[in-house]
Amino acid sequence: MVEKAEVILGENEQYVINMGPQHPSTHGVLRFELSLKGEIVDKVVPHCGYIHRGIEKMCEANTYQQIIHLTDRMDYLSAHPNNEAVSLLVEKALGIEVPERVKVIRTMLSELGRLGSHQLWWAAFGMDLGALTTFFYGLRDREKILDIFEESFGSRLLHSYICPGGLMNDIHPNFKTRVKELIPYLRKKLPEYDQLLTGNVIFTERSKNIGIMTKEDAISYGITGPSGRGSGFACDVRKAEPYSAYDRVDFKEILMTEGDTFARYQVRILEMYESIKILEQLVDQIPDGDYTVKMKPIIKLPEGEYYQRVETARGELGVYAVSTGEKFPDRMRFRTPNFSNLFIIDKLARGHKIADLVAISGSLDLVIPDIDR
Amino acid sequence: MNAFFNYFSEIGRGVKTLLKGMQITNGYFFKPREIVTQKYPENRATLKMFDQFKGEVIMPHDDNNQHRCTGCGICENNCPNGSIQILTKKETNAEGKAVRIVDKHIYHLSMCTFCGLCIKTCPSDAITWGQTFEHAVFDRSKLTKVLNKPGSTIKKEVKG
Repeated sequence: MVEKAEVILGENEQYVINMGPQHPSTHGVLRFELSLKGEIVDKVVPHCGYIHRGIEKMCEANTYQQIIHLTDRMDYLSAHPNNEAVSLLVEKALGIEVPERVKVIRTMLSELGRLGSHQLWWAAFGMDLGALTTFFYGLRDREKILDIFEESFGSRLLHSYICPGGLMNDIHPNFKTRVKELIPYLRKKLPEYDQLLTGNVIFTERSKNIGIMTKEDAISYGITGPSGRGSGFACDVRKAEPYSAYDRVDFKEILMTEGDTFARYQVRILEMYESIKILEQLVDQIPDGDYTVKMKPIIKLPEGEYYQRVETARGELGVYAVSTGEKFPDRMRFRTPNFSNLFIIDKLARGHKIADLVAISGSLDLVIPDIDR
Repeated sequence: MNAFFNYFSEIGRGVKTLLKGMQITNGYFFKPREIVTQKYPENRATLKMFDQFKGEVIMPHDDNNQHRCTGCGICENNCPNGSIQILTKKETNAEGKAVRIVDKHIYHLSMCTFCGLCIKTCPSDAITWGQTFEHAVFDRSKLTKVLNKPGSTIKKEVKG
């Protein structure tokens, strides 16, 4: 009697596959080393460093005005908050009070940037899950915001506009009317987002109960921004430590308790409405006055250590600077939101299918140059 | 029986949400005036960039081939990545005094990050943003430009 051996090759065995560094759904050069059991993800090891430019080291050879243009290139979708972080740090160290006009404009620009960033995220997230239409509709509305940026300060993505002491140049006279036109336009268009994607059965099936992050996880991994707020972690710097004009505007910190991909999606969608609300309150309140305070040509911070944090579209950006009294900082350190947000992906994706990993990494809204710096 | 009903109600729900989404896409299909796309290479003749648009750094010259650059080198110092080089030379002016004037204001477009510090810090407003944006060339050396035109002189009202 011969025993029939039934061996299926590779059954119950792990195999390792690389996702990235050139993969459309990682939105940049990020490599996931996936250990798979069939189609089930067993382990995810993110490898970063493909777009490391050494921005922190470069800061040590640049003056504080020159550092601004490097921060643009970290999280390029929220260039304004990045610029603002360094500017606020310098102003805090020197004890400079910027004019009210500057504060209001900075806040408006941050919110416009947040709107544009969330729209691009919505567009790309839909595309990650197979809905190509969202990409065009998201970018169409973002174009209106980019037009405002382009008219006022000449560039669409890397603005270098907020500088220590104020702004590079005054806003365009059309800025106010354009923002006023934008608010009703977006109020009309944002419900379309819900109709197109949020209610769609394929989308909800693929996002609900996928990648559940508990509040404890979010806190222990340091997840900030909409990803953390989707788990009920109240981490909005705009509320906790108001800077610029955030102390005088009325807005809600969106919190969800589910912690799954769909919750993170909804936080961002609802945040867009809150951003519109902030813009609406501020657009008529831009006071007249100077757009900058007179700064010395060479800024030298007094000796010491400084820290400033702001809320970008993706979470908390912290800037830490050590000054020895020279015109260059001795050490510059950026606590970027995406770096912290990335490494929970292993915990979230375990046990899910490989297609869900795309949904999870999309819902964390990663910008790769911000991870590597 | 229950599973049977669930199966069909799932399909019904799927079709319903699909149609709901297609309401929007169909709406735009029949409303072509809402299309915002620009036909870029065709509309080159009418395309106008915004005044502030950061295309490249230029040095405006007037009809007499005169510019405002004194060759002080502040833009060179402020540039974070060395995109600007200024070569100066000594010349005797009408009063017989030796003065420093700009010989060549060299601008490396290939290295420029468009931060705007040179234009912001220029004390005599000699340089500004140009609106051209089609910078693609076959040879990298073409991106190194001399901003002051040959034979140009400094305007009288600008103090060095």
